[in-house]
Amino acid sequence: MDATFKPRDSRETCDVLRWAAAEEQPLEILGSGSKRALGRPVQTAHVLDLSELSSIVNYEPEELILTVQAGTPVADVEAIVSASGQELAFEPMDYGPLLGHKAGAGTIGGMLAANLSGPRRIKAGAARDQVLGLEAISGRGELFNSGGKVVKNVTGYDLPRALCGSWGTLSVATTVTLKVTPAAETSTSLVLSGLTEERAVEAMCLAMGSSAEVSGAAHLPRGFNGEGAETVLRLEGFQASVDYRFEALARLLKGFGGVHRLSPETSRHLWVSVRDCLPLADGAEPVWRISVAPASGAALLANLRHLFDLDAYLDWSGGLVWLKPLDGLPHDVEIRNAIADCGGGHATLVRADASTRAAVPVFQPQPDALAALARRLKAQFDPHGILNPGRMVPAV
Amino acid sequence: MVAIAMPKPDRSVMDRREEIVAALQAIVPGEGVISDDTEMRPYETDALTAYRQMPLIVVLPETVDQVSRVLRYCHENGVKVVPRGAGTSLSGGALPLADGVLMSMMKFNRVLDIDFPNRAVVVQPGVTNLGITRAVEHEGFYYAPDPSSQIACSIGGNIAENSGGVHSLKYGLTTNNVLGLEMVLITGEVIRLGGKHLDSEGYDLLGLMTGSEGLLAVVTEVTVRILQKPETARALLVGFPSSEDGGRCVAEIIAKGIIPGGLEMMDKPAIHAAEAFVNAGYPLDVEALLIVELDGPEAEVDYLIERVESIARENNASDLRISTSEEERMTFWAGRKAAFPAVGRISPDYLCMDGTIPRKELPKVLARMRELSEKHGLGVANVFHAGDGNLHPLILYDANKPGELEAAEAFGADILRLCVEVGGVLTGEHGVGIEKRDLMTDMFTEDDLKQQQRVKCAFDEKHLLNPGKVFPVLHRCAELGRMHVHKGKLPFPDIPRF
Repeated sequence: MDATFKPRDSRETCDVLRWAAAEEQPLEILGSGSKRALGRPVQTAHVLDLSELSSIVNYEPEELILTVQAGTPVADVEAIVSASGQELAFEPMDYGPLLGHKAGAGTIGGMLAANLSGPRRIKAGAARDQVLGLEAISGRGELFNSGGKVVKNVTGYDLPRALCGSWGTLSVATTVTLKVTPAAETSTSLVLSGLTEERAVEAMCLAMGSSAEVSGAAHLPRGFNGEGAETVLRLEGFQASVDYRFEALARLLKGFGGVHRLSPETSRHLWVSVRDCLPLADGAEPVWRISVAPASGAALLANLRHLFDLDAYLDWSGGLVWLKPLDGLPHDVEIRNAIADCGGGHATLVRADASTRAAVPVFQPQPDALAALARRLKAQFDPHGILNPGRMVPAV
Repeated sequence: MVAIAMPKPDRSVMDRREEIVAALQAIVPGEGVISDDTEMRPYETDALTAYRQMPLIVVLPETVDQVSRVLRYCHENGVKVVPRGAGTSLSGGALPLADGVLMSMMKFNRVLDIDFPNRAVVVQPGVTNLGITRAVEHEGFYYAPDPSSQIACSIGGNIAENSGGVHSLKYGLTTNNVLGLEMVLITGEVIRLGGKHLDSEGYDLLGLMTGSEGLLAVVTEVTVRILQKPETARALLVGFPSSEDGGRCVAEIIAKGIIPGGLEMMDKPAIHAAEAFVNAGYPLDVEALLIVELDGPEAEVDYLIERVESIARENNASDLRISTSEEERMTFWAGRKAAFPAVGRISPDYLCMDGTIPRKELPKVLARMRELSEKHGLGVANVFHAGDGNLHPLILYDANKPGELEAAEAFGADILRLCVEVGGVLTGEHGVGIEKRDLMTDMFTEDDLKQQQRVKCAFDEKHLLNPGKVFPVLHRCAELGRMHVHKGKLPFPDIPRF
């Protein structure tokens, strides 16, 4: 019997997981399936589809909290909080366009499973920084609550945070409480043109170390329109503050050449593109997402350019490298060696065909002691290995 | 008095004390092993001073290798270990065990690397919270989380407790400001998490470690994010005729999209105690006093001060002052920052509680607290991190009067149950430790707590690291691992299947 289970509430979800645990039947855990092509391919007879768990449970703008079922589309949540002048501060990216899906399909559960973030990661954190509590079901088929529904809480282990980025291999979240924050009144971007990657990273790090409260720092080697390098620094907030900080930032960066300012609309459009990896979305070549210390971003790219042809851009002040090898090969060994040579970090193969994802470590391999600890943690949540087996690491 | 029972000491370990001392001395030479009662005395308690217990032995390692070897020895020999930073825990997180080694990390006191381009600082865990800021302030930087014990508390302890502070609404807790850790498991294995880059590869063990109260591993190195200091800060001091007015004002500030750097409220007893102590000029005829601090670029602060002022006036502010100088801003804060010692002046002893509530429940909680105050026959003063709903009731009692400590503890437990009842939590920033351990079942079900303890089993199967803290009942890992299997037919004929 191959089945897709579509439970309508957490009790039914619990029933499915209890059965799967008892019968040792592995399940692929899905929200909308928008990130199904990310991670190692999961081959299970059964699918647990959470898309029916889609509703806003509670939203209190003045308390800065939102409780929502895990199968709710992120786009729906963003629309609802936006109507109250609020947002998810961590600016979750949408993998849809990069992975060949339509935009806006991803769910809140998938957002947590992938620990999504965006350009504002450098100021406001990732999903892991804004998740406050959850109701989830372990691979043992036991429903548990962890965290709370208030913005400040240290009662017990921080399981909501620990489950972020676990790609559905530890537990199935059914209800999630998130911190929401007021959206900025306006935003703009300061643009520097024609910088080398090295100079761009210097400028971005200088800006991030100032009191200008930069909320996005990216460098596009081919610019917005393929007409030469552009370095972009985003400023958000109240109009008077944004104007003031723009002038301060322009003074700070006068050694890097002339600056110009983007309109709020152009700026917003640009940052969506940076967030969703649109500059590299065309074609079918592998795409890597690499996190390193910000000041190392340019050196990493310089080293890799000696080894193979690539297209790339930098976000997070140089700390996030989006990279596409142009020969279509994954180059995982060269990339991970280069990361180690520049002080450490991690690389995730976010786009590749299924056979490549089965053959190449999609997630950064871990040292033995850490990998063993991760396996022990997995065993405590999912002793029979029924939740997305092999999604992150073979046999886990 | 010991209302909270600790695990029964293991006589067989205590009988081996001399042998354990010798083994530890072979690992940590010189004065790094303390076994003399007089010298161990300073370690018998932390900032929850109502509880005292002499440890079996104190060890002060100086290198990661020593930490690793001590832990491996204790693991192999079934000896419990209580890690300790500066000992400022308000929840008894570092309370020793009679049959356990107390491992002080205060010799790990060096700043290892200051990296301004990456805005990262690498320190050893015994460096104080304020010590990090001191190391980088010459370039205008600071470390944002600022627990009120920041002059003394260690960054390792901050990791254990996920410490907050008055600025946490805007700048986050410890967990939002830590980039990397090095830690040693009870087996002696050394593991590094994160670094100067963002997010972890694999499971977010950095997030799990932060706030784990010394139960999972011993931290030996910490990498934190530093920020450039805001250009300026100004504060408003606003009095209200009722806590409802004050609460509504806070809600409206946030609803208008303003996240102040600090947003503190005090109730009448706290206002009076603070004013009598420091003469900050607080109005005495108000029921609630709010300090709103706005920080950032000057243009922004000036603009927001005006907006907050008008919101406050619309919400019946009966007294309103705006700081015009740095000196005046500090005066506004002086009373709030001295609130605990000020209460200490009007009462021989006090218990500092720490729950979080949904902000909208504040008037109800304060009213119920007044009833509880009468029921238990003890006074209470409240200071409140109003922005994030974190409430610090200070229960006044006299330890020399028979029964008062017990009454104060019962009052405190009632307050925390009330916090949970209105949708809040037992602790916002002080941790569970021993203090709130037995209340965990008021907030969590047995399944909730079992899943948390299974995390412990992945790190420390023998329950040797800091046992007796956080969890009211210690389940053996083998017992937690058992599955209750219901084989047979699918128990869910109705669930849609395709």
